[in-house]
Amino acid sequence: MPAPSAEVMTASAGPGRAPVVEMFDVHAGYGKVAVLRGVNLTVPRGSVFALLGPNGAGKSTLLKVAGGRLVPTSGCVHVAGRHVNGTPPETFARAGVCSIPDQGVFPNLTVAENIRVFTHAGGVSASAAEERAFSRFPRLAERRRQLAGTLSGGERQMLAMARAFVNDPAVLLLDEISMGLAPMIVAQLYEVVGGLADEGITVVLVEQFAQAALRVATYAAIMKQGRIERVGEPGDIRDELAGAYLGGHQ
Amino acid sequence: MHGAFLSYLVVGIVIGCLYALTASGLVVTYTTSGIFNFAHGAIGMFMAFTYWQLAVGWHVPVPIALLLTLFVLAPLMGALVERIFIRPLYGASLGVTLVVTLGLLLLLLGVANAVWSPTVTRNLPPILMGHQVTIFGVVVSFYQLMVLVVSVAVAVVLRVLFTRTRVGITMRAVVDDRELTAMAGTSPHRTAQLSWALGASMAALAGILIAPLEHLDQLNLTLLVVTGYAAAVVGRLRSVPLTVLGAMLLGLLNSYAVGYLPSNWLSDLQPVLPMAVLFIMLLVMRPGRLAAGRVTGRITARIPSAQQSLLASALFVAAAVVASRLLSPSNLITAGAGLVIGLIALSLVLLTGFSGQVSLCQMTFAGAGAFVMGKTFGGSSIFGLVLAVIVPAAVGGLLAAAVLRLRGLYLALATLAFAYAADSLFFNHFLGFGGILKVGRVRIGLPTTQRGYFVLIAVVFAAVAAGLMALRRGPVGRLLAAMNDSEVACASVGLNITWVKILVFTLSAGIAGLGGAFYGGWQHEVGPNDFYFLFSLILLLLITIAGIDTVTGAFAAAIFYALQPQIARWVPIVSINYILVGVGAAMLGRNTGGVIGQMSAQREWLRARLGRGPTTEPLAVLDDGRDVAGALS
Ligand SMILES: Nc1ncnc2c1ncn2[C@@H]1O[C@H](COP(=O)(O)OP(=O)(O)OP(=O)(O)O)[C@@H](O)[C@H]1O
Ligand SMILES: [Mg+2]
Repeated sequence: MPAPSAEVMTASAGPGRAPVVEMFDVHAGYGKVAVLRGVNLTVPRGSVFALLGPNGAGKSTLLKVAGGRLVPTSGCVHVAGRHVNGTPPETFARAGVCSIPDQGVFPNLTVAENIRVFTHAGGVSASAAEERAFSRFPRLAERRRQLAGTLSGGERQMLAMARAFVNDPAVLLLDEISMGLAPMIVAQLYEVVGGLADEGITVVLVEQFAQAALRVATYAAIMKQGRIERVGEPGDIRDELAGAYLGGHQ
Repeated sequence: MHGAFLSYLVVGIVIGCLYALTASGLVVTYTTSGIFNFAHGAIGMFMAFTYWQLAVGWHVPVPIALLLTLFVLAPLMGALVERIFIRPLYGASLGVTLVVTLGLLLLLLGVANAVWSPTVTRNLPPILMGHQVTIFGVVVSFYQLMVLVVSVAVAVVLRVLFTRTRVGITMRAVVDDRELTAMAGTSPHRTAQLSWALGASMAALAGILIAPLEHLDQLNLTLLVVTGYAAAVVGRLRSVPLTVLGAMLLGLLNSYAVGYLPSNWLSDLQPVLPMAVLFIMLLVMRPGRLAAGRVTGRITARIPSAQQSLLASALFVAAAVVASRLLSPSNLITAGAGLVIGLIALSLVLLTGFSGQVSLCQMTFAGAGAFVMGKTFGGSSIFGLVLAVIVPAAVGGLLAAAVLRLRGLYLALATLAFAYAADSLFFNHFLGFGGILKVGRVRIGLPTTQRGYFVLIAVVFAAVAAGLMALRRGPVGRLLAAMNDSEVACASVGLNITWVKILVFTLSAGIAGLGGAFYGGWQHEVGPNDFYFLFSLILLLLITIAGIDTVTGAFAAAIFYALQPQIARWVPIVSINYILVGVGAAMLGRNTGGVIGQMSAQREWLRARLGRGPTTEPLAVLDDGRDVAGALS
């Protein structure tokens, strides 16, 4: 089994502080289509980990594996030090791994009902959940009774992100939260992400707009053709990005 | 007069309540699992019989039997059904879900027939029968009052469940997005299982409440849900309040039709009223949205080349000649019966297999074919045969033009309504089919002996099959395949699919009519029972099990049909054929290609192993089944 990336390992080493997400030589795909081809990754506790790379590199697929939504064909996935291959996604969610896909809301439920579903059975009460969500996104409070499908793109993304506040997750997996949104809303959403990181929540985010992501990130990785090409501090990665996107990276 | 009007009102409301219970159970299952459960009535029927078994058969006290049935056995059955048959269906195409739930209907019907012999009369223990009160001069029985109270209570409970409780809201969420529900920490499987349990309980309640009105009868109770379909369509399959409204209207319509329709041929309209309402509702409804194609990873059956299919046809005819010499007279009769059914099944290969439209009325077209054949040109003329193709084709074309705005489920329901109505108003009616009809064998210079006629049918079968294969190979076939894959994609590249669909429907009805004419000739005489609408359904299941997109599938269906009497002799279980077909269809969720598809998949696998590479057709990849038009509008 190949060792996880050295740079990140040293950063996260320490007794009792197992990295939140680790992947060892993970292969995954859809049917016969292989997408991930040996991914090694370590996401240290409390970091904001930006996953960058060209379209089709497998970033969303990697997030699916990390959230238990796709079972890898080989390799190991560890969450908080535990081997979790094949565990159903709802168990991931209950264990504090919160996957938020792009605009992940239930369109035929109202805002309030969406928030109700976000709470697990036995978790926070409905009113407490609403209070938490609305305190971060007051715009949603005004739209409490509106169907989520009729919200604007930005509001829908806010509602999707509200799930992160309802359940006290340990890890947040965010896929392209900026997609199709105005810069102001994107800035607002990233402010929220920064706030979450300050509370100690680990965040893995996939983003096309590298600059926005690198601003909040503590680590970043470049992904290409199903492999992690490079992992490092945001500053180092920024320099390499142009090369990676233009395909000049050997 | 006034009193009678009020009495009919009460009866109508009570019947409406019963319809409402059935229909809202249907809607609940549909909105919470996204699958229209054709077997809803069958589940209610099965539970009513189970209740009878407990309360009457085993003398369990009525309250305990009721509680046990409604709150333990029915939910258990719903959960089991979800686990075994429905779970593999999520993400499957509509055609498959339709066939699986229809198969479940047939399976439950068959098992109920096998366990509780239909020749014995059974009655449920009366609940509150015999007591009554008089309100505004109208006598209302306690039973009627109870139905009313229970219905209202159920409506309130459902309302609270789906809008106020987390579990109810989650049930709705699962239909919206299964994956997201899991990401939010709730198992979509468990939630769906829960909603099927709830649906089964409601079906059981409806079955048990309705049953005291008449004897317990497997078929009647199962088909009661057909009225439920009509009410559910009024609610557009989603809204419970509108569904209840529709059910009430149907109940009143029914009650007043019984009371006031003059007792001439008009009174025969009464049983088809729900169907008429269903049909009209479907016609006036705003066209449904296009559902985008799904990545189903289906392997389309390999298309043989022209030489291969000609060779196969020739071999088939040769085999038929040999068989006609070898088979005993009685075996020849069953073989011929199978072959004509195979011919009718070919119409479904074209319609459903190639173009992906579902029809539940092919036997009706076959019956029309037999009717025309028997009634025109002395019953055995070639002109009669031609008419037997043209008339059903024309009827099919008209039906298609009327309902083709509808898609998928609604189209299936419309054809079901059509078949059901044709049953009462044409096949069973003295103005139409009118009892037994003699049908001759077409004379075209060939001998009309059993053997000769058998070979003739084989020739016709082979010719139609070869014709279909030729069609499939050509541009029309490719268009149909594309349409089958995704109507949205076709529409967006500017293909006018409406005309293609009408044409296919017409052609398919014509083939069914042709089959019907030969069916009549083979049997010498036909009656309404030959074209009972349930048979259209069984035919669809049979051919889907065999492999709907190949003519080989039609042949396999023919063989199964011919073997039926033999199977019934081997396995002394009532309705064993229902059970077999039902199980086969209900299991289709696990293997959507049917038997032939499975074999062809294995052949592909072998080919790949042998290094010849796969020959699967690439399928259009669209988004994951979301409403494209909906997103645009
Ligand atoms: N459900 C699926 N079925 C089949 N192939 C898929 C599926 N989802 C993704 N793929 C394929 O997997 C590959 C990687 O997809 P993925 O979504 O992980 O890329 P990505 O890095 O997130 O790209 P983007 O930046 O465009 O979002 C792509 O080639 C895609 O076509
Ligand atoms: Mg992506």
